[in-house]
Amino acid sequence: MKLTINNSEITVENGATILDAARILGVYIPTLCHFEMPEVGVVNRTGTCRVCMVDVEGRHNLLPACSTVITDGMVVRTNTPRAVKSRRTMVELFLSNHPKDCLVCERNQNCELQSLACELGIREVKYNGERMKFKKDTSSFSLIRDPEKCVLCRRCETMCNDFQTVGVYSAIHRGFSTTIGPAFDLPIIDTCCTFCGQCVSVCPTGALTQADNTAEVWTALYDKDRFTVVQTAPAVRAALGEELGYKIGDDVTGKMVAALRRMGFDRVFDTNFAADLTVMEEAAEFIERLQNGGKLPILTSCCPAWVKFIEHQFPELLDIPSSCKSPHEMFGAVAKTYLAEKLGIDRQKITVVSVMPCLAKKYEAARPELMYGEDRGYVDCVISTRELARMIRESGIGFQSLPDEAFDGVMGESSGAAVIFGVSGGVIEAVLRTAGFLLTGEPLQDVEFHELRGIRGIREASVNIAGRDIKIAAAHGLHNARRLLEDIRDGKALYHAIEIMACPGGCVGGGGQPYYRNDLSVVRRRGETLYECDRKNPRRCAHENLEVKRLYDEMLEKPGSHKAHELLHTKFTKRTGY
Amino acid sequence: MNRIRMHMLVCGGTGCVSCDSTEVKDALVREIMEHGLENEVQVTITGCFGFCEKGPIVKVYPDNVFYVRVSPDDAKILVGEHVIKGRVVEKLLYGDTPSDIPFYKKQMRIALRNCGLIDPEKIEDYISVDGYEALGRVLTGMTPQQVIGVIKGSGLGGRGGGGFPTGLKWELTAKAAGDKKYVICNADEGDPGAFMDRSILEGDPHSILEAMAIAGYAVGADEGVVYIRAEYPLAVERLQKAINQAEAFGLLGDHILGSDFSFRVGINLGAGAFVCGEETSLMNSVQGGRGEPRIKPPFPSETGLWSKPTSINNVETFANICPIILNGAEWFSGIGTEKSKGTKVFALAGKINNVGLVEVPMGMRLGDIIYSIGGGVRGGKSFKAVQTGGPSGGCIPASMLDISIDYESLSETGSMMGSGGMIVMDEDDCMVNIAKFYLEFTVDESCGKCTPCRIGNRRMHEILSRITKGGGTLDDLEQLKDLGEIIKICSLCGLGQTAPNPVLSTLHHFYDEYEAHIVDKRCPAGACTELLRYTIIAEKCIGCTLCARSCPVPCISGERKKVHDIIQEKCIKCGICYKKCPVDAIERK
Repeated sequence: MKLTINNSEITVENGATILDAARILGVYIPTLCHFEMPEVGVVNRTGTCRVCMVDVEGRHNLLPACSTVITDGMVVRTNTPRAVKSRRTMVELFLSNHPKDCLVCERNQNCELQSLACELGIREVKYNGERMKFKKDTSSFSLIRDPEKCVLCRRCETMCNDFQTVGVYSAIHRGFSTTIGPAFDLPIIDTCCTFCGQCVSVCPTGALTQADNTAEVWTALYDKDRFTVVQTAPAVRAALGEELGYKIGDDVTGKMVAALRRMGFDRVFDTNFAADLTVMEEAAEFIERLQNGGKLPILTSCCPAWVKFIEHQFPELLDIPSSCKSPHEMFGAVAKTYLAEKLGIDRQKITVVSVMPCLAKKYEAARPELMYGEDRGYVDCVISTRELARMIRESGIGFQSLPDEAFDGVMGESSGAAVIFGVSGGVIEAVLRTAGFLLTGEPLQDVEFHELRGIRGIREASVNIAGRDIKIAAAHGLHNARRLLEDIRDGKALYHAIEIMACPGGCVGGGGQPYYRNDLSVVRRRGETLYECDRKNPRRCAHENLEVKRLYDEMLEKPGSHKAHELLHTKFTKRTGY
Repeated sequence: MNRIRMHMLVCGGTGCVSCDSTEVKDALVREIMEHGLENEVQVTITGCFGFCEKGPIVKVYPDNVFYVRVSPDDAKILVGEHVIKGRVVEKLLYGDTPSDIPFYKKQMRIALRNCGLIDPEKIEDYISVDGYEALGRVLTGMTPQQVIGVIKGSGLGGRGGGGFPTGLKWELTAKAAGDKKYVICNADEGDPGAFMDRSILEGDPHSILEAMAIAGYAVGADEGVVYIRAEYPLAVERLQKAINQAEAFGLLGDHILGSDFSFRVGINLGAGAFVCGEETSLMNSVQGGRGEPRIKPPFPSETGLWSKPTSINNVETFANICPIILNGAEWFSGIGTEKSKGTKVFALAGKINNVGLVEVPMGMRLGDIIYSIGGGVRGGKSFKAVQTGGPSGGCIPASMLDISIDYESLSETGSMMGSGGMIVMDEDDCMVNIAKFYLEFTVDESCGKCTPCRIGNRRMHEILSRITKGGGTLDDLEQLKDLGEIIKICSLCGLGQTAPNPVLSTLHHFYDEYEAHIVDKRCPAGACTELLRYTIIAEKCIGCTLCARSCPVPCISGERKKVHDIIQEKCIKCGICYKKCPVDAIERK
């Protein structure tokens, strides 16, 4: 297909849009609603915002560049007076219906509407009138919905409906009152939302943001009577730097540890320690099921969004996920028992803070079965990578000039297997490394399972361990999970073990990570960093973690023991469809 | 054997039914039974005659007498005089003529051919007026390409508003790849005041089913969907009956008339969203989704209902199909103008004497429709404008009454054909207020998907409200124009793309009225209450105190037998004093 854009000629593939061609040519067309991640099949080509309008010869109306498929010989002009004027008008119309409280908005300086207004040099909003009023939805532990800031780009809807097949969001009401929300305007807590936070990840404005738990963390840190323990998830170290002046994918573990110490945490630990612990428990459970005719496949249960998904969507399959708690919950349980005892501190005085790439972890920490006593969780407080970055900035810590420091001992050591928990395919790879060892009694010759890595929706591998072919699958995106679960339910899929993560690319693309803005290469780069960390670690397998070994020796006896079950395993709840 | 010597056709359209035409029919039947004439005189409920202003209507054949405003009480005299004695009941005639009514003189009824003629609930009636003959001819003697060729040759354009060539639409759908295709009949008639689709479905449902089957044969579809508003219960009921009858007669279903062609029709009820008249919104709605448009292309002919190639046509378009097949493309293309072929049904409404449905050849002078057929403006007032094309059409001023009614000429005036609404306005109508009224409709009915329609139209409406309340500035007019143009060229679907038309066309043709609201703070038509000013003419006031006693505020002062005065700051412009004054001493400006 040949076309000209602003007098430059270009030939593009069939099916390409004007925007695609313009980008190849280096012609910039502003967009707002447009959002595509073709690598994972996400296309939000709704053409609703009308910001990218361009002039096409022979057409009376302007056409949206993002969603107009090129026809041969098209003559496009992006900068005619009426196209430029229309674009400005669209942004002005948005602003006329926007709270404009940018200075105190969560997305200040990180908002696509704000950037657009800035880019177009809008200095006044000609059109004034009524602004739509909606209530904020603060019902959940994970995210906040502020429909007044919604620009109806429908990205959240696309992520929720197409990528996650959860379908919480759709347009509700009509005309000027239209907004995007749960059916019947239900509070999000009363829906089947998995709290994966991908809607927050893709929201261009402050309409969807994370629930803010930083105040609780500050309170605990300032309270001299409290012993504050922090753990950081694997994926955090590969993304935090983006918020603090580092390149995408830079590993900032050492500086992160140093910063957390300077913020006042009494102990800085690594969730990776608990990831190794998870591997031990899950590998034991897997082998137990494999050898004793238990239910297969076993499904990993580290991802709380995925767990909530299966509870709502496939309640009849709740006997297949591993009963293991997620690593940060295992960490919390160990911290408030083993660590408390070791340090001689009353566990009621310990505050466990998790720094997670995830918003679902916020909700997970409040699940009743993960509490002890009436209202105390093993994990007291969950903050996202973005929240940690904000706290570091707020502390006035010169992050880049910090020395690299190491995690504290007792719960700070980890293997390479643990760090890849942060990337899709990593958990099952980590479990395989240990299960292989446990089944054969010898270390695996090759601990890297490349078939399970990458960005494809579902990856499969068949591994021969001890003369037995083990069929494995790893999937990210709940639409892929749904496909696998339907096959399992219908008896069409014969796997031994499956790993599922809700977010694109796994936790590195989590809902609590710095915004990846339509660019999955950011997520991929973070994943590569984690694989790099794994390669650099002399210990590649969980069972080589000496601190974990000590934990079993001193308290838990062995993986799958009664004590381990009491502390490290959980149960699931059947839930309804919507 | 019965020898029916006389037929009494009672209008069964929704308009007449709501004026008790069912009771009229029952009363006529009772009277006829009482006189033992049931074997000679048959009373039939038919579809709409179109002359709704004068309903309920009863037409008597073979005498060809047209009775208007018949009440159930008139049954006695109708039977006693007309049926038995053969004397026309003059008091029930329109004017002094039993037939040859001016309302019908210049009409040419193709789409409405059977409305008011047959019993819509009897397939036999339809068959007796050549019903299903076109389908028979198509299935036995024509290839799909030939059918498409005839429709293309006729020049028939989409009657839902766009005017897109129907034959071309069928051809595109026929050529689209796919083994499953659909035919949709768009009966989501949403324009306020327009009811031609309803009347056709109520009066001649089989003609639509037959045409849909022909379309199905032409495009290669085996399934048809009629998307009809749930607010049309009578049409739905008659359509369902028609489907059942056609299936029982083997005219719908498998192997129609022994051919290889199978076609079924289902009904889908719409919930009344105006935007669902837009084809892609309609299809989303059929699929159970939210009624909001999709981006085009791909067009429905490639990716339509359930992503299958779909030909979607409006009711009135379908109503033209069978006559074209039976009479040939040339017959049809001989009617109308060079570019707009055939006839068009208009729904006359507003300040016009003969409210109702009229079908005229394309190219008729606008003034002829309003004066010769419509009988001119009601109450002897002066004609100001006619609004065509539904809520997103435009207003055409008196100076343009000579234009020809066709797609092109209407577009040139800044209005459009739309589905054929024609609302007449007189000197009492304020054009700013009218523009606001129509825009309010589209603001309410916007689906909210795209920015210009969702926010832009709302902002325009706010500006108009400001102007009608006296708070407008001349800058506002520039803003209205700018914003209106941008909304037109930027909106996603036809609703948004046409919504500013009433504002832009009135701005163009009635700029001085806008100015009067802004500069003089005055509404020339006296319709914008907040700009009105009631004053007492001292010379006329007799001091009767009636106005002061009636004023609800009260804001009128004055003693008995002395001139009264209205305190302007307090006046709420309710107009009660104006109505009560026995000597017309209160002036409204």
